[in-house]
Amino acid sequence: MARTLVGVLALQGAFREHAAAVARLGAEAREVRQLKDMSGIDAMIIPGGESTTIGKLLVEWGMLDPLRERIEKGMPVYGSCAGLILLCREIENSNQPRLGVLDATVRRNAFGRQVDSFETDLEMPELGLPPFPAVFIRAPVLTGVGSRVRVLANVKGQAVAVRQDNVLATSFHPELTPDVRLHRYFLEMCRK
Amino acid sequence: MEQGTIRLKTGLAEMLKGGVIMDVTTPDQAKIAEQAGACAVMALERVPADIRAAGGVARMADPTIVKKIMEVVSIPVMAKARIGHFVEARILEALGVDYIDESEVLTPADDRYHIDKRNFTVPFVCGCRNLGEALRRIAEGAAMIRTKGEPGTGNVVEAVRHCRQVMDEIRMLCALPDAEVPNFAKECGAPLEVAMRVRKEGRLPVVNFAAGGIATPADAALMMHLGCDGVFVGSGIFKSGDPAKRAKAIVQAVTNYNDYAMLAEISKDLGEPMVGIEISSIPDAERMQERGW
Repeated sequence: MARTLVGVLALQGAFREHAAAVARLGAEAREVRQLKDMSGIDAMIIPGGESTTIGKLLVEWGMLDPLRERIEKGMPVYGSCAGLILLCREIENSNQPRLGVLDATVRRNAFGRQVDSFETDLEMPELGLPPFPAVFIRAPVLTGVGSRVRVLANVKGQAVAVRQDNVLATSFHPELTPDVRLHRYFLEMCRK
Repeated sequence: MEQGTIRLKTGLAEMLKGGVIMDVTTPDQAKIAEQAGACAVMALERVPADIRAAGGVARMADPTIVKKIMEVVSIPVMAKARIGHFVEARILEALGVDYIDESEVLTPADDRYHIDKRNFTVPFVCGCRNLGEALRRIAEGAAMIRTKGEPGTGNVVEAVRHCRQVMDEIRMLCALPDAEVPNFAKECGAPLEVAMRVRKEGRLPVVNFAAGGIATPADAALMMHLGCDGVFVGSGIFKSGDPAKRAKAIVQAVTNYNDYAMLAEISKDLGEPMVGIEISSIPDAERMQERGW
């Protein structure tokens, strides 16, 4: 079987770390900077970074609508932090560009500013034990999710990891830790 | 739950990669920068070109300015403290800024020591001209490094020199036989422990941005080609003829630094760039890059 080709949106942010994580697991990673880089990819990762910057660049390079169409047709997508924000249908107090494929409402910088950023061991039953080392950096939370959305993990009662069919999103950064369980979970989604 | 860890500090810098951090002095400028796609802003009282022109002692910005800028944008806000002035840094931390630049653009407050950045919750970025300087700052707790360049000149030559110098020394450090590493570290003024990490990983252990003299999309793309992870643009945007347009163009250039047809398109009709200064015309005592130890 051909190796899964995972596109990593490389407009801005921590895309190299995601590419390295999927490569460690034996999949192929391709940095996606322009529309043409999207052809032939089996899945897409939208990294952490600045969601307003990435959203604007998606619009400016004409990639927002084609990417949304691919996801709506079933292409697996995983968004971390800024990536989660871009996937959400509703963003509190913001009209910034978004893909809007995840039936959820997100609050940006929900825990506060950088001095409030934190690391914690997160219970995430889908990934088994031990708890997942989760890094939250100016992180968002989901303040509301639709009926098709399954919550995979919570912090203080608010959803920080969710799945809706082919869409996976976390408000933390697995790409900043050596633990590859979350990327493995996503690659398994890509095989089904 | 842990806060202020080195992973959180370096992690935020990782999120800024491939982006442009812009100097702003008013809430309006901060909005323009955010709308242009800046991944963060640096809140200042004056941009480096004006600090250079004004002379005298340059200090941390008035907290009111920093606060106002923090209120109007959702992207990270950085602010500058004087070299060694840990009280200015504590004040900025108390204000809740997302990153502190311990910066040679301001007048140094300590002629021997930089801030001990390890005990802060807020992360720091520091400038460097060579590997030794970069690794001393990292040993002191800096979670992000940038070239010093020569701020406020609109002349990219010093940033290029500093970037190439760091890259050259990393290559050298990685190629040396084990027996020669301690002396190499001594000669370039690098703490051995951090030098050993660089040698193992083949790169700096933190994100490295370009700064000091970047004025055009082509300048920004040049720095990305030389291996920088992103760029700071200080005076280059709001000292130019059409800041909004230039800001957006520089953001686009950093993402697509490899696509020359696109860079040609991006570089069109940007209006007047800031007036540049030839480095040799600046007296030694006024070169900001010489500040720092």
